[in-house]
Amino acid sequence: MAAAAAPSEPEVKSGGVVAWIYKRFPVQEFVSDTLTGYYAPKNFNIWYFFGSLALVVLVLQLATGIFLTMFYKPGAASAFDSVEFIMREVQWGWLIRYLHSSGASIFFIVVYLHMFRAMLYGSYKAPRELLWLIGMVVYFALIAEAFLGYVLPWGNMSFWGAQVIVNLFGTIPVIGPGVVEWIRGDYGIADATLMRFFALHVAAVPLALLLFVMLHLVALRRTGSNNPDGIEIKARVGADGHPLDGIPFHPYYTVKDIVGVGVMLVVLAIVVFFAPSFGGLFLEGANFEPANPLSTPEHIAPVWYFTTYFAILRAVPDQRLSALLMFSAVALFVFLPWLDRSPVKSMRYRGVLSRGALGLFAVSFIALGYLGLQPAEGLYVILARIFAAIYFAFFLLMPWYSRIDKVKPVPDRVTYHGHG
Amino acid sequence: MASDVVIGDSEVDRSRRVFLTAATATTGAIGVALAVVPFAASWLPSERARAFGAPVALDLSKLDRGQMVVVIWRKQPVYVVRRTPVMLASLAGHDERLKDATSANSDQPSYAKNTARARKPEYLVLIGVCTHLGCLPKERFQAGLADLGADWPGGFFCPCHGSRFDLSGRVFAGSPASVNLRVPPYAYENAETLVIGIDEPNQKGAA
Repeated sequence: MAAAAAPSEPEVKSGGVVAWIYKRFPVQEFVSDTLTGYYAPKNFNIWYFFGSLALVVLVLQLATGIFLTMFYKPGAASAFDSVEFIMREVQWGWLIRYLHSSGASIFFIVVYLHMFRAMLYGSYKAPRELLWLIGMVVYFALIAEAFLGYVLPWGNMSFWGAQVIVNLFGTIPVIGPGVVEWIRGDYGIADATLMRFFALHVAAVPLALLLFVMLHLVALRRTGSNNPDGIEIKARVGADGHPLDGIPFHPYYTVKDIVGVGVMLVVLAIVVFFAPSFGGLFLEGANFEPANPLSTPEHIAPVWYFTTYFAILRAVPDQRLSALLMFSAVALFVFLPWLDRSPVKSMRYRGVLSRGALGLFAVSFIALGYLGLQPAEGLYVILARIFAAIYFAFFLLMPWYSRIDKVKPVPDRVTYHGHG
Repeated sequence: MASDVVIGDSEVDRSRRVFLTAATATTGAIGVALAVVPFAASWLPSERARAFGAPVALDLSKLDRGQMVVVIWRKQPVYVVRRTPVMLASLAGHDERLKDATSANSDQPSYAKNTARARKPEYLVLIGVCTHLGCLPKERFQAGLADLGADWPGGFFCPCHGSRFDLSGRVFAGSPASVNLRVPPYAYENAETLVIGIDEPNQKGAA
């Protein structure tokens, strides 16, 4: 920040442990850089909870995951039994596992809301394109992490889910069958597949997740947060060099976010204690049977957070095209910063076209999510095709409708109503 | 003095420096690429997995007409059906409803690229894995089954995403699967013994 005060040597009392550390490690600068000196817009609303909530869930998943690793035995012969062992015999094992399995669903709820917030207020637009792109990498890593983790209990749905997803790579022209065999490490989903999925789930992908979450925060530190008005608060700086509409992240937003964390933990506790399988949405019934290569579950459906994409996969009666459409449905988010040609960021100042498009998109995302849980037949397939068409139209027509949309004038300062 | 050993900008041979930097980077990149090979190759089927993928034999004398047995070969179910003359007759007359009636785009050994998709029409040998996304198609051999329609000639139905195949494993139009069920390599050791996994009798094993 150009207007920031010149950096000066932090004032430290001589002597003592604290001074000893300060001389060797920039604690103060780090705290000031990321918390007390990081000015966030003062008009954040409820949508701004989900970023910090995602961080909290990440920590929850790491902590519960590390403890599950102490009792889980990877391998086709031992995996299923070891999960039952955790559930029935490890002291409090059921709680740790349910926290981890429910945490996965909560993670996706929080991340989807976090992404929707960005779409609602145009947070992916300049200068935050890289912030958005890094966030998309985090999202892709999260998808991989969730899929890999779902295979580990080695229930029958684990097995057949892995079968379906790995076979998607078989639709790649020419090299497809070879790639599938390489991923599986055998002529079918087998022990070798489970072992590598375990290694990826507990080590490789979490490390990548942590790295990219950190980069996401580094990028945020550079651009600063967007806000519900989509106004760059750095454009109006006060005499002290700080944005007029900004307040220090700590203590203002740390305290606010703690309230959000409290609410989320209450929701998590309700799920864990009263509905850990959430009616088959968070944990599927067919997965309480061990993997059986000779018996396909009557009805294969992924966990709820993938059903939107699964519905798109099943809507098209051509396997190569349907796989391509499914992957592009996930990947299209990447291009949002360049598809969106609107001169304003926030939906507050956009016209009926952009608002209507985003509304239709949200409806079709949820409708596809529902349809992906239903059998692929009759009316369900027709509806899935209609909503898939809306889904893709939202992205592909965006350069057109976002440009001709009538926008309202954006005020100079953020909209903020103080309390008394 | 320290300044004595510092090379001035004018003395730097830039082209030489660029060349050396590029050469070092290229050598390093090649080294990294080569180092990736063993790690990537470790994901290929192990020697043990390959050994367990050896050919399997099936005694056909125990198989009755109209019956199907499932043999496991390379962890995949292989369906062996002894077709009746009626079942073989059901293969004709619905070519226009099939996506790939002549098996031109499907995966089978050359000796199974015919209407019966078999060496001997009586015995159908298929990999029982749906070519859509790998579920197991169910045997629905009876013609005209209520849930599959009056024009159902008998065949296989995949419960996952509704792909339909006839009694040669050929896929019907309107199914999510694009190609016919795969036929594994197989041969007859003698009139009564079918061996799955080899193309010629007495062969050690298919590649």
